[in-house]
Amino acid sequence: MTSTIEAPRSPYSRSTKKSGVNWEKWGWIYMRVSGVVLVVLIFGHLFVNLWVGEGVSALNFAFVAGKLTDPFWMVWDILMLWLALIHGGNGMRTLVNDYATSRISRGILKIAILVSVVALIVLGTLVVFTFDPCPAGAPADLVASFCKSL
Amino acid sequence: MSNATIDQKPVVPEEIKSFTVTLIIRRFNPEVDDEPHWQDFDVQLYPTDRVLDALHKIKWEQDGSLTFRRSCAHGVCGSDAMRINGRNRLACKTLMKDLDVTKPIYVEAIKGLPLEKDLIVDMEPFFASFKEVQPFLMNSVTPVKGKERIQTVAQRARFDDTTKCILCAACTSSCPVFWTDGQYFGPAAIVNAHRFIFDSRDENAAVRLDILNDKEGVWRCRTTFNCTEACPRGIQVTQAIAEVKQAIMRGKA
Repeated sequence: MTSTIEAPRSPYSRSTKKSGVNWEKWGWIYMRVSGVVLVVLIFGHLFVNLWVGEGVSALNFAFVAGKLTDPFWMVWDILMLWLALIHGGNGMRTLVNDYATSRISRGILKIAILVSVVALIVLGTLVVFTFDPCPAGAPADLVASFCKSL
Repeated sequence: MSNATIDQKPVVPEEIKSFTVTLIIRRFNPEVDDEPHWQDFDVQLYPTDRVLDALHKIKWEQDGSLTFRRSCAHGVCGSDAMRINGRNRLACKTLMKDLDVTKPIYVEAIKGLPLEKDLIVDMEPFFASFKEVQPFLMNSVTPVKGKERIQTVAQRARFDDTTKCILCAACTSSCPVFWTDGQYFGPAAIVNAHRFIFDSRDENAAVRLDILNDKEGVWRCRTTFNCTEACPRGIQVTQAIAEVKQAIMRGKA
């Protein structure tokens, strides 16, 4: 009797065709660049939300609403949203490439990642640009102070 | 002549004590077993003995069927890379005194390559990716008769680190990307490409950079430093891979 142990790695099939754009290279560069930018964005976000002024106790609907009407914080948040989700999605994609051995499971997992990343980006972008800081009929003590002047 | 007698005792070197070490080895015999299994052996060893000596003692005195590769036994041929206590090491360079002998020592074959028997794996996929980076000098100019290809000390120093590779596969088989992805070149192939990419006498750096710019080339490297930690020759493997990435981005060596 002779038994062989299954080869540990996916079968070798390196493609010989060269497409114009090397996505793997640009993906790698994107991870490095967005990583550095995200360190600044995320720690800045945490610093302003949790540390400055009253600290974490200042966090409420009015605080967030106030931030989302300031163009500076809108740009900050939208950058953080897009960079972080694409960064995370690309990271998940590389994990799938590493550990999903069959073509089908790889495809399913990557499509699932793509769908969730796109859905979250669309939802987040909608929130940032269509957010109403002064919903009609809301009690005055819960919304931002500038709502009174409207 | 003085008749001074030797009243001092001859200096007896302090006796070095031996101790019993338990080795737990992952065995697999394709003719008998369906699955690899762990088997333990007790061996009497000195602190100056190496893991390779322990394996020899087992093979010669206890179980002749234990199978492993070794050739020079002095850390040059690169035959006996194996996973010792979960780390890729050369058995011939790992001394007992550097291991915790109060606990059993786990020895198994390197990961990521097809297991053939006991500690022996099929190295062919490893050498296939090594061959793919064209690890030989390519130069179209014939040097003047009787002369060598001249290189400055600085030019030689540029790739000195990566000339040390002995192709033992310790780095490549410690790489988590290589463990599962049959397409990735692995650290050793990139190290050997680096050795020629940065050699001033070589003319085909661009060809090798193009090969490694593949979807499954250097970009799969996750910078986990497993390879640098595993290298028995102390090559800064991750740094070499990073230098190749830089060269690809700049488009030149």
